[in-house]
Amino acid sequence: MTTRNDLYKIFGILFILLIATVAVSWVDLGEFNFVIAMAIAITKALLVVLFFMEVKYSGQTTKLIAAAAVLWLILLLLGTIMDIATRHPEVMPLG
Amino acid sequence: MSEHPSPLHEQFVDMEQQRETAEIGMWVFLLTEIMFFGGLFCCYTYYRFQWPEAYAAASHYSELWLGATNTAVLLCSSLSMAIAVHSAKHGDQKTLVRYLWITWLLGAAFIGVKAIEYTHHFEEHLFPGPNFLFNYPHPEQTEMFFYLYFAMTATHALHMIIGLGVVAWLAILPKRGRFSPEYYNPVEITGLYWHFVDIVWLFLFPLLYLVSNK
Repeated sequence: MTTRNDLYKIFGILFILLIATVAVSWVDLGEFNFVIAMAIAITKALLVVLFFMEVKYSGQTTKLIAAAAVLWLILLLLGTIMDIATRHPEVMPLG
Repeated sequence: MSEHPSPLHEQFVDMEQQRETAEIGMWVFLLTEIMFFGGLFCCYTYYRFQWPEAYAAASHYSELWLGATNTAVLLCSSLSMAIAVHSAKHGDQKTLVRYLWITWLLGAAFIGVKAIEYTHHFEEHLFPGPNFLFNYPHPEQTEMFFYLYFAMTATHALHMIIGLGVVAWLAILPKRGRFSPEYYNPVEITGLYWHFVDIVWLFLFPLLYLVSNK
């Protein structure tokens, strides 16, 4: 079970990550800006799911449903990205 | 009829089974919500790949500091919601009610900041439709970004407003002695909902505000 002290610690980490994501956005890293921003967002979401939503301490069924949700989202986005990335605009114009 | 009916409903074996059923039910609902928001995120991804320049140009008009403030406000509200659930679990009614109201106020502050942003966008003619005005390259593609911006943030704000209603309802209920360490399912599953809406914003913030700061 998450203790109240844990909640404050997790909040502290979330806040530092927020400052980091804004700070990184001021530095021009090309494609990596997006990668880092998403990596930070995923880390933040994971902390909220595991500790604020207490999935870390939940039963197997809850863990399964949470994992299924993530899997669904990955399939949806991956399928879309693969479609865009593998088209040849000269043969098959986008959109 | 007794004055304090047992919080255990007859279809459950014990309190723990009843609690777990509520938790799983909420997670199944959240799964459908992820599918729902997933469609919007998918649409965003598609057009971002197609028109990266238009997205970069448009994101100059989203107000980074208001977005960052709102992210901070939501993180604080998630903390206070987590403390509220923690207090409910330990039977501390006073702390529970206090932190539910803190959560409510932070949620309302979020909506307030969002309203200020929307007002600015309307004044700058960035709302898609006949009044949309963008005197830079790619106006049509930029309009698409703003379609998605408004669709995603308005859907998120609607979820916040529903959350505010539920949190206020919970804050009033415990005064009638409804919740105890054995029964606080409504607080727990409202917490799950609140954190979920927070997570949606954690992704909306970098996608809508941090596309390009150059």
